[in-house]
Amino acid sequence: MGKVKEKPGPLARRPDNSAFKQQRLPAWSPMLTANTVLPFFYLMALICLLLGVWLLLTVQSTHEIKKDYTDLGTCQLCHEMRKDVSNANKPCSCRVDIPVEKALKGDVFIYYGLRNFHQNLRRYMDSRDDGQMLGRQNKLKDPSTYCMPFRKDKDGRPIAPCGAVANSMFNDTFILKYHGRSGPEVVPLLRTGITWYTDKNVKYRNPKTQENFTLAQEFNGTAKPPFWGKPVYELDEHNPINNGFINEALIVWMREAAFPNFKKLYGVLHRAQKPFINGLPVGNYSVEISYNFPVQYFRGRKEVVLTTLTWFGGQNHFLPIAYLVTSSLIFLMAVGLTVVWWKYGKGGKNMKA
Amino acid sequence: MSFFGVDFARKKERELERKLRANDREYNLSFKYATNAIKTSKYHFITFLPLNLFEQFQRIANAYFLFLLVLQVIPQISSLSWFTTVVPLVLVLTVTAAKDATDDINRHRSDNQVNNRKVEVLIDRKLRSEKWMDVQVGDIIKLENNQFVTADLLLLSSSEPLNLVYIETAELDGETNLKVRQALPVTGDLGDDIEKLADFNGEVRCEPPNNRLDRFTGTLTIAGQKYPLDNEKILLRGCTLRNTEWCFGLVLFGGPETKLMQNCGKSTFKRTSVDRLMNVLVLCIFGFLAFMCTILAIGNFFWERNEGSEFIVFLPRENQNGAGISAFLTFWSYVIILNTVVPISLYVSVEIIRLGNSFYIEWDRKMYYSRNDTPAEARTTTLNEELGQIKYVFSDKTGTLTQNIMVFNKCSINGKSYGDVYDYTGQRLEITEDTDTVDFSFNLLADSRFMFHDHALVEAVKLENPEVHAFFRLLALCHTVMAEEKKEGEIFYQAQSPDEGALVTAARNFGFVFRSRTPDSVSIVEMGQQRSYELLAILDFNNVRKRMSVIVRSPEGKLSLYCKGADTIIYERLHQSCSKLMEVTTEHLNEFAGEGLRTLALAYKDLDEEYFIQWKQRHHEASTALDDREGRLDQLYEEIEKDLLLLGATAIEDKLQDGVPQTIEQLAKADIKIWVLTGDKQETAENIGYSCNLLREEMNEVFIISGNSPEDVRQELRNAQTAIKPASDEDSVFLPQGTVSNGPTVVSEEVANGEYGLVINGHSLAYALERSLELDFLKTACMCKAVICCRVTPLQKAQVVELVKKYKKAVTLAIGDGANDVSMIKAAHIGVGISGQEGMQAVLSSDYSFAQFRFLQRLLLVHGRWSYLRMCKFLRYFFYKNFTFTFVHFWYAFFCGFSAQTVYDEWFITLYNLVYTALPVLGMSLFDQDVNDVWSFQHPQLYIPGQLNLYFSKKTFFKCALHSCYSSLVLFFIPYAAMHDTVRGDGKDISDYQSFALLTQTCLLFAVTIQLGLEMSYWTAVNTFFVLGSLGMYFAVTFTMYSNGMFLMLPSVFSFIGTARNSLSQPNVWLTIFLTSILCVLPVITYRFLFIQLCPTINDKVMFKVRQAKATPPPPPRRTRIRRTSSRRSGYAFSHAQGYGDLVTSGRFLRRPAVSRSSGFPNIGRPTTGFSPMGRSAGYSPTGRPQNTKTPDVEVTSLQMYRTFSDPAL
Repeated sequence: MGKVKEKPGPLARRPDNSAFKQQRLPAWSPMLTANTVLPFFYLMALICLLLGVWLLLTVQSTHEIKKDYTDLGTCQLCHEMRKDVSNANKPCSCRVDIPVEKALKGDVFIYYGLRNFHQNLRRYMDSRDDGQMLGRQNKLKDPSTYCMPFRKDKDGRPIAPCGAVANSMFNDTFILKYHGRSGPEVVPLLRTGITWYTDKNVKYRNPKTQENFTLAQEFNGTAKPPFWGKPVYELDEHNPINNGFINEALIVWMREAAFPNFKKLYGVLHRAQKPFINGLPVGNYSVEISYNFPVQYFRGRKEVVLTTLTWFGGQNHFLPIAYLVTSSLIFLMAVGLTVVWWKYGKGGKNMKA
Repeated sequence: MSFFGVDFARKKERELERKLRANDREYNLSFKYATNAIKTSKYHFITFLPLNLFEQFQRIANAYFLFLLVLQVIPQISSLSWFTTVVPLVLVLTVTAAKDATDDINRHRSDNQVNNRKVEVLIDRKLRSEKWMDVQVGDIIKLENNQFVTADLLLLSSSEPLNLVYIETAELDGETNLKVRQALPVTGDLGDDIEKLADFNGEVRCEPPNNRLDRFTGTLTIAGQKYPLDNEKILLRGCTLRNTEWCFGLVLFGGPETKLMQNCGKSTFKRTSVDRLMNVLVLCIFGFLAFMCTILAIGNFFWERNEGSEFIVFLPRENQNGAGISAFLTFWSYVIILNTVVPISLYVSVEIIRLGNSFYIEWDRKMYYSRNDTPAEARTTTLNEELGQIKYVFSDKTGTLTQNIMVFNKCSINGKSYGDVYDYTGQRLEITEDTDTVDFSFNLLADSRFMFHDHALVEAVKLENPEVHAFFRLLALCHTVMAEEKKEGEIFYQAQSPDEGALVTAARNFGFVFRSRTPDSVSIVEMGQQRSYELLAILDFNNVRKRMSVIVRSPEGKLSLYCKGADTIIYERLHQSCSKLMEVTTEHLNEFAGEGLRTLALAYKDLDEEYFIQWKQRHHEASTALDDREGRLDQLYEEIEKDLLLLGATAIEDKLQDGVPQTIEQLAKADIKIWVLTGDKQETAENIGYSCNLLREEMNEVFIISGNSPEDVRQELRNAQTAIKPASDEDSVFLPQGTVSNGPTVVSEEVANGEYGLVINGHSLAYALERSLELDFLKTACMCKAVICCRVTPLQKAQVVELVKKYKKAVTLAIGDGANDVSMIKAAHIGVGISGQEGMQAVLSSDYSFAQFRFLQRLLLVHGRWSYLRMCKFLRYFFYKNFTFTFVHFWYAFFCGFSAQTVYDEWFITLYNLVYTALPVLGMSLFDQDVNDVWSFQHPQLYIPGQLNLYFSKKTFFKCALHSCYSSLVLFFIPYAAMHDTVRGDGKDISDYQSFALLTQTCLLFAVTIQLGLEMSYWTAVNTFFVLGSLGMYFAVTFTMYSNGMFLMLPSVFSFIGTARNSLSQPNVWLTIFLTSILCVLPVITYRFLFIQLCPTINDKVMFKVRQAKATPPPPPRRTRIRRTSSRRSGYAFSHAQGYGDLVTSGRFLRRPAVSRSSGFPNIGRPTTGFSPMGRSAGYSPTGRPQNTKTPDVEVTSLQMYRTFSDPAL
């Protein structure tokens, strides 16, 4: 153990008199005393109460409309049709009515929700190639083995984007219509600006080999995922720059949900023209759905969600209520502790050693 | 170490008989005997890596992680990337390998040093200096004085008469006295004649190598003549040659085959109880892990059957595996994910903490003894926390409790008592360091270290008071001390017992200087005049006689008998005329005894010339008689030692070490039981027991067990038991014999109805330690506050320790200083050696060593307590943080289809134990202290929780697990509920897997860090830095890992890009973190606060007191010196061994030419080879001369090297 310092003299081996070596470092020794614990509890109860009330008010100010359309109305037919695998490529569309009784003011977000879809299975989540979607050439032509069994198609062409995640991309499309006085009117939706900045600009990139190549040329030699109707470079027909790996619907889908029930952003209300400048006015709305995504295999449900948001996010009542409950629990505990302290510990009467 | 044996066994089948021929290397080589090179190192430069890795993977934790690594390579199972296991594993392996490498380098170094020692070997008819390692079986080698014996040798010849050699065997058996070995006359005749020796061609047939030190059988054949060989003719490696100029020996066994090496396999690892508990817990955890994985695998089976089969479209199964196979694979996947319940870094951290605490012990200034520059030393770094759990302390007496320094303190001469100091009012003064000492400058030969405070005695000497002169003359003549005068006037005494030395030194200073002796004369300088007394007889001391006498003839021709001995014995033999003096002297003796001094009465008588001649004649007859020699001699002694005239009495203080009574009192308050095991006789031991506060006058009773048969001992023990517990029912006292043989049972603690002490004698102890009685003995002894075992052998010491270890679930500590304590130091859970005293054996086999007994209280009450506290806090917290971490995965399994998806980012899993939480918990376990050392001393009761295992046990472990379970529920479900249906303020994703992972891991890190803050009761700057630094580190590393650059380098490894930026900027994320932290922490605070209020522990109470005092407590009140007003007569000043009288008169040891009686100045022929008895009995030091006769920088001996073990737990 320890090298002895070579010091001359009779006290050569005397240990140093440093605070560290003698374990005398100055220190703060807190202790759970009534003076600190009780005020802390009351303070915490108060803080939680305030937070809870504030959050509750915030959440209450949002407005959310949810519609499960899995087998609702005309969608029932499509639902039945999708049960047969041989009909997979036949188009089917249906309509769901959504009455809006209270105007959705401000930005309105439209989500699609899936229930019982396990995006969080380990093998499912692993089945993707981030390198490929970053536009790396080698990965484009030779995707990672993690993508199995959606790595190459039957002809041996690499699939782009490869893997189970991309393959199972949600492909229903919604057309939201407002049935106003002037007849049905398509509600303009923005299908861009719905992803994290980092995803859109860093994580996903289209392959780029030559300046003058079109996207289709870049993806030349790759196959589309088997479940897809269109190749990756034609995902957005209306907006040519929202295609390829940086298609925002694809990026949203690729950000796997943590739980089997989830909703993902479909689009944002484009508030450029009347009557949508201030959000969605009261009235009857309908959603034209091209019903492509089969959910009956896994007993899933699909829904469409219209909602407004605050800084706190969507309409999730859990946190406000949790804070209120916590606050009351802390308060009860604080009262209990005060009683106990008053009865047993006050003035150190239990501390007689 | 055992691998010698293994290597040896591997090389060839067992040797049945050893055959060798002297000076015939070719013949001997044909048997392939081992050479004298030893190898204790394990590795070679090239073999280090494979061997070390192989060894490390034998440890269960490492093997487990290797197994995990293998699992992770299988793609179907792998649920984590390889680096999550590899990084910690490599780190752990590297640290351990580095430690092993340094250890092995040291071993190589000491091997080299030993192997390269030089010895003279007879080769080609010439003596050549060769390295030890080149010595071979059958070689003849020459050893010189004070050399280590090179190998196991057959002694051929020596420089001493009768072919004797003297050896010290301390390294082999711990005995420090010299032993004699004698060569066969036929080989002895060879002498140092090189030619003859070179021609010697004796053949030896002997037993194969074995480890029996005390036995040897073989034959030597010279020219067809056979001579039997036994142990008396063998010099074993490890011995040291003493008092012998040279000797020649024939190598029989070399290197690994020597008995010393064959004996080295015995050292056992000591493990702490926390270690053992930890091993049990780790096994439990394995079981629990399997249980969890099974549940999850079953869950997976059902999920796959019900849900997964319907999900096939999106996620086709490979090879169309069914649910069963999937469940099987999931089981292993979860084994990987949940591996963190068996923390690999646990063992490494534990070692680091122990190492740190060992350093604290070595650095402690308050355990540094400046007088001989000895700091405390932690020789074992793996036992620290056990120091906080000691229940039994077994202590040696001499040299441990006492300084083994005898001081001539008082005397009573002719009815006048000397030694006390009075002031001018006649008030007796306390003798302190400042008290005036008597000036002995009138005496040129005085020992300057001798101190005496009473001037009256010197004056009496100077006034030539005849009684006083007779008194000191007796002290100068009647003893068996040897004097050594290397330089004129510098006399060193070597005495059989320190008491004797003290008496002779006293006489020397008062002007009666014993200068030299020959077998038949004693030269003294009486008040400056050289006088030589003819030594006619020594009537030696023994245990029954309890006295010794000498018969001398003064230069004037007067015959006198001088006698000193136990007062009771002397009083029986006094002349009636002394009765008056007897009364006064008795009073003085009582007074001396009351102060705990050891007394001797002195008497003399003048002898009649004729009577003496006639007595001498009978004495001669008796001493040559064949039958009943002892009896006849005793009778003769009895006859001449009568009608003595009393001179007075001496009082010698067996000086206790500083602070021994206080230490014992403190330890007793800490509920530590102290047993003194001493080789001393009963009276002495009892006396010391009283003077060091172990036995007290207020005790209800002190039982003395001294029965001479098993029945007596049993009866005495039972009597004691009934006295202690009159109400105890008979059943418990008379344990049925059957239960004894059913393996060790744990004897429960029984409470006595008062304070009792127990003193047991060596021979009674032998019976008490027999199987039939040991339980009775143990029960009785454990009910007593103090136990003293006297006259015990080293073996018995170990047996007592083993007995307590066997039946009491308690931690034992043995403390001692001498070779006779080695066995008990090795037997006890913790062995402590007193360093800086005689010999190194105790220290070498100890786990801790320091210079003074009083440091023991600091070692236990401060360092031990803190170590235990820290270790337990560490373990509790460590298990908590890892369980919490792991259980979250378990809850997540129910949401991810039991697919072995992790909750956290893989990098977080990798770094959680290594980076994010390592330093704060290490900081806590290195710096934490509940109260500082001063308060620890003030409240020794703080030590008791350790003895009861209160801080860490299966129960606390279970509580930890429950707590973790709660925390993990909060940590999973609060984020889940808060996030699963939420989006960001701008509508974008926040409930995605990556954000959730980041949120949960941040919540977890906050929760465990705050929990650590709650555990920590001593926030130094370092701790604060570690805690905040680790949190900061977490964010720094996280942001780095999730940065663009890292992603662009390795997209698939750092796929969490941007998560931190996008998620941690959200208020609802922070609100969730805040809520989880509150919910994790508040119940803990509530629980603890309630406990402090309702049933505060001793720690809480003391900490509260500290807060109240707000400052360091006032220093403990100065203890007034404990003065007993006791009538107990003390033991007297002789050790129990047979005296040296025979040696002194036989001349066998005195090889210097006889001194002519007139000159008186001895011719010290060979001072270095002069008589120098080794060991405790001789190494006396009357005035504090350091007794360490060995130089401190003593060479590394071969035994020392075996103490460098590596711990297999790592």
